[in-house]
Amino acid sequence: MKLNRRTIFGTITAGALAMSMAACGGGSDDDAAGDGELVSGEITGSGASFPDAFYAAAIEAYAEVNPELIVTYNAVGSGTGKSEFGEGLNDFAGSDSLVKDGDGPAEGSFQYIPTVAAPITISYNLPGVDGLQIDQETLANIFQGAITTWNDPAIAATNEGVELPDTAITIAHRSDGSGTTSNFTKFLDEATDAWTLGAGDEITWPEGSIGGEKNTGVATVITQTEGAIGYVDLADATETGLVTASIENADGSFIQPTLEATTAALEGAEVAEDLSYNPLNAAGAETYPIVAPTYILLHTEYEDENVAAGVKEFVNYLLTDGQDIAEDNSFAPLPDALRQQAVDALNETIA
Amino acid sequence: MTTTASPESPPQVDLGGEARSRRTDKGFTGLVTFAGLTVLIVLGLILVTTSVQAWPAIAHDPIEFLTGTDWVPGDEIFGTLPFLYGTLVTSVIAMVVAVPVSIGIALFITEVAHRRSRKYIVTIVDLLATVPSVVFGLVGSIVLIPWVTPIYQWWAGLMAPIPGLNAIFDETNTGRNYFTAGLILAVMCIPIITSISREVFATVPEIDKQGAYALGATRWEMIKGAILPHSFGGLVGASMLGLGRAMGETIAVALVIGGSLTIGTNLFEPGNTMAAVIAQQFGESSGMHTEALIGIGVVLFAITVLINFLARTVVRRAEIKMKGAHS
Repeated sequence: MKLNRRTIFGTITAGALAMSMAACGGGSDDDAAGDGELVSGEITGSGASFPDAFYAAAIEAYAEVNPELIVTYNAVGSGTGKSEFGEGLNDFAGSDSLVKDGDGPAEGSFQYIPTVAAPITISYNLPGVDGLQIDQETLANIFQGAITTWNDPAIAATNEGVELPDTAITIAHRSDGSGTTSNFTKFLDEATDAWTLGAGDEITWPEGSIGGEKNTGVATVITQTEGAIGYVDLADATETGLVTASIENADGSFIQPTLEATTAALEGAEVAEDLSYNPLNAAGAETYPIVAPTYILLHTEYEDENVAAGVKEFVNYLLTDGQDIAEDNSFAPLPDALRQQAVDALNETIA
Repeated sequence: MTTTASPESPPQVDLGGEARSRRTDKGFTGLVTFAGLTVLIVLGLILVTTSVQAWPAIAHDPIEFLTGTDWVPGDEIFGTLPFLYGTLVTSVIAMVVAVPVSIGIALFITEVAHRRSRKYIVTIVDLLATVPSVVFGLVGSIVLIPWVTPIYQWWAGLMAPIPGLNAIFDETNTGRNYFTAGLILAVMCIPIITSISREVFATVPEIDKQGAYALGATRWEMIKGAILPHSFGGLVGASMLGLGRAMGETIAVALVIGGSLTIGTNLFEPGNTMAAVIAQQFGESSGMHTEALIGIGVVLFAITVLINFLARTVVRRAEIKMKGAHS
């Protein structure tokens, strides 16, 4: 038995050696890591589910750049991700929201790194009506149940020449706590005077509104219910083939939720010193007003140097080559200026 | 076998003496007692740790926590009544549908079905219990809901002129509501209730049944007079197990309940349940919000225990009444 075990172990070691040598041979990619040497080992992250599609694709692509560093990301939700980060259970956390008191991580023990952003679409199900234009105040009134039918004068005012049916409006929202809800309600809260329901991961929606589980759940509710309107991330809206409305932006023009309009919003957003930024209702003629940012949280101190190097290498990949993968997954890459700021912050946090 | 025992005395084989068997006996008793106690210990620990964790949120405003109807985590308002209401309503719907159907299936299997087809029916019903709950939820959400929505609307229209019923079955624009959740829960409870009911019916003494027939009873009279009274306690127990599953079921309900905060008579309105809201919100919660969600778990736990105790009392009283002098 012992002999056998040793043989197996030997084979595995030999195999691993061979693989690592192969990796060294192929891995002459210079911008993957600063010093050209690839880190091996394992790093884990957990948190926001919103950017999961992008992170998953990036991890897959990264495995080809450096198969020696195994990266896992568990989309457990921003809240859980942050508290796990605070307890030191993960090496980095993904979060759509900023860290508040009681979330877990202590102040000054982490650094925000913005990775990508995505628009939150206003999708609706109204057969025969495409390209609806909705202004901000009307949007607030629709989602708080003040406007109840599609042929309401407030909707008609911005949609001249469109024949609106008298179908009742059904609000579709997230039933789970979500950063998407948080960003959407924050937008309504900040941008409009009409909105009275507050902002947060969960809010109390008007009676008769329908909750769906995650983005796909809301998308399903919208497809199944005639007259429904809801907020869905772009990836799921595109996949489900939902019709999206053009939303009035800060400059008064009506913009469709596209990746270009999202990057434009990021360019117009003010970035704080800790690299957090608010892209909601950003200035600019071409910007889409409802854009959700997402961050990776890094520890300012890592116990294990190897882990630190691994995290640095992977996050660096996300901010460089990884940005090209973003668009294929319906996420908007960061504008160059912000991306450079993020890379600088990364280099500063993990020396 | 080197020695041959004399034919008068049986062969003396040394089994280690009485001392050893007494020791094993004691050891066994200790082991089994420990196994029995584990359940209590685990239950106690769950109750203590969750209560401790939930305490800040409950102590924040205990009256609001149990009777409040607003749930706004952002403003630290935690009223859990709508979820409690949703749990009770969906469970009641599930029981109303599942208990008669399950007892029917069980009676069919034990009394009516042909002996050879019996085992196939049993297997099929048991198979239903092996379907993961998330599958029930997905089938409900994707297949059942678009299909039942027009039926609900038609039914609401039919009920509109009838006072009372029109409040329970009011108009709706969605199939994501209490009623759908209750139906799915019913399907999930049926295998449990059926298989226990079947076992209970099997314990009815053949003499009782034959006696009823001998007195000229028809099959239905025999079931009513001999089987049901004898099995009443067991049936309540079976239903309670089903109810436990219905109240605690999480993901299947979360997918079809609609996640809205309402307390209304209309069963066709979206709502939410205690277990579902925990599953929906836990991942993105933090601070007192997390504590409040754990608090919901504690309340749910307490209610389940309470209902079980109630059921036990009901069973004990009813058994004395219905069985009379019967064993």
